[in-house]
Amino acid sequence: MALVSEKPVSFLEGVDVETGVITDPETGLLGERVSGRVLVFPWCRGSTVGTYAIYGLARNGVAPSAMVCVEADIISAVGCAMAGIPLVHRVERDPLEVVRSGDYVVVDADKGLLEVRSRTRVEGS
Amino acid sequence: MRSSEWLEEALEGLYGKGVKKAAEMVLALAEAFDAESFVPVESVHVSGVSYRTIGEYGLSFLEELSEEGVRVRVEATMNPAGMDMERWREMGVPERFAERQRRIVECLKRMGVRPALTCTPYLAGNRPRRGSHVAWAESSAVVYANSVLKAWTNRECGPSALASAITGLTPMFGVHLEDGRKPTHSVEFEGRLRGHLMYSALGYYVGREVGRGVPSIPAASGASTDELKSLGAGLATSGGIAMFTTEPAEGLPTLRVSEEDLLNVVEGLSTGSGGLVCLGCPHLSLEELQAIHSLASRRGVRGEVWLFTSRSVYEQAMNLGIIQGLERMGVKVFRDTCMVVSPLEEMGVREVVTDSCKAAHYIRLMTGGRVRVELRPREECLCGAPG
Repeated sequence: MALVSEKPVSFLEGVDVETGVITDPETGLLGERVSGRVLVFPWCRGSTVGTYAIYGLARNGVAPSAMVCVEADIISAVGCAMAGIPLVHRVERDPLEVVRSGDYVVVDADKGLLEVRSRTRVEGS
Repeated sequence: MRSSEWLEEALEGLYGKGVKKAAEMVLALAEAFDAESFVPVESVHVSGVSYRTIGEYGLSFLEELSEEGVRVRVEATMNPAGMDMERWREMGVPERFAERQRRIVECLKRMGVRPALTCTPYLAGNRPRRGSHVAWAESSAVVYANSVLKAWTNRECGPSALASAITGLTPMFGVHLEDGRKPTHSVEFEGRLRGHLMYSALGYYVGREVGRGVPSIPAASGASTDELKSLGAGLATSGGIAMFTTEPAEGLPTLRVSEEDLLNVVEGLSTGSGGLVCLGCPHLSLEELQAIHSLASRRGVRGEVWLFTSRSVYEQAMNLGIIQGLERMGVKVFRDTCMVVSPLEEMGVREVVTDSCKAAHYIRLMTGGRVRVELRPREECLCGAPG
């Protein structure tokens, strides 16, 4: 299930490595857990030591099951490779527009594919 | 291409799990930045050595990798640790921290990374040739390598630099390509540029305004290499800059900077008044230690002063009697670490006085503002305000 942050994410300062809970209010996802979700976000911000935080999430079993970036950067690319987390970026359409939190999505990192399987119905309308 | 054949084999696990992991990391970097090929590197500098910055997860990653028995294939050096590896008790570093820190350094040593333990590897025997491709982490050293030594390196992170050391390869993108090294902005400075604080502030200002790019800063063409070291550290701190040039460039967007802009940078980064004097971000060179020694001999020092340098420069300064002279005046000279990567709060340090904008920026960020910093010119840090 997708979890979408429209703002860049800092894994060092913005996510609790022990629990996978988002602690950065900037993301608009304060208190949500990244664990087992497909995390969709623009790119990483903050110190490159964030790579170790991504690795730490995986070590603690609370990492996202996959990540989708608009544009991957050194932290997301190297951090996901260290942690063995599938990463997809530069997909055909802007994932921040296509995917909403709660959508069921399929990620194929080998082919660089992102597919939205089912849409959450309630959008506050 | 030979290197890619080797990489394929590494990715298949032919050389073991550790090398496979390193190969996956350089490949991920190549894919993220659309690199079409890899280039062999002649030297690597690995950051993320202090337990203060990488923590328990950094330690476990390094331990797992070193247990796989991997070895670096090229000259590789370590960034500073979180403590002087010998005199850590004197710094007030807790035993638990010291134990973790020793394990990190031991892991990297087992992989063949040399414990230069400095952010100035170019003053400690890791001095790449002009035009050579290298993979350096530690952003201030990256700027120095590209701009002063004219070696070619992207801004690596600790793990990607280590992966390059293990594979001997880095992806060709960014400033490894001619196009990535062309100036993008022209910086015009009006006023008098003097001393480390001013160069550091100029770097910080330009880095913040330019963000990413290659600034041309002709005003720095008369600077000493030590001043360029301060300029580069400032540039790397506030932006994503990997290099600058002092050659004038025409037809580019122009950034005008005044002395007042620099004073505003200094004021904006200063949060305190007084405290432990810390100099050596980046690590002090032999010439800087000499200058500090001669200034302190002439005018005396005020308050508690800690200097930070590499073990390599320390040894040279010992041979000249400079360290002994400084210690006789009550100045402490520590190796292997600095005020940015040591656990200041756990050491009981609450206030720091320094001349480095980089240190001011990171100390505030890493302690959530709990450790206050005052920025002053080096002479004033050491001898107090004039008059």
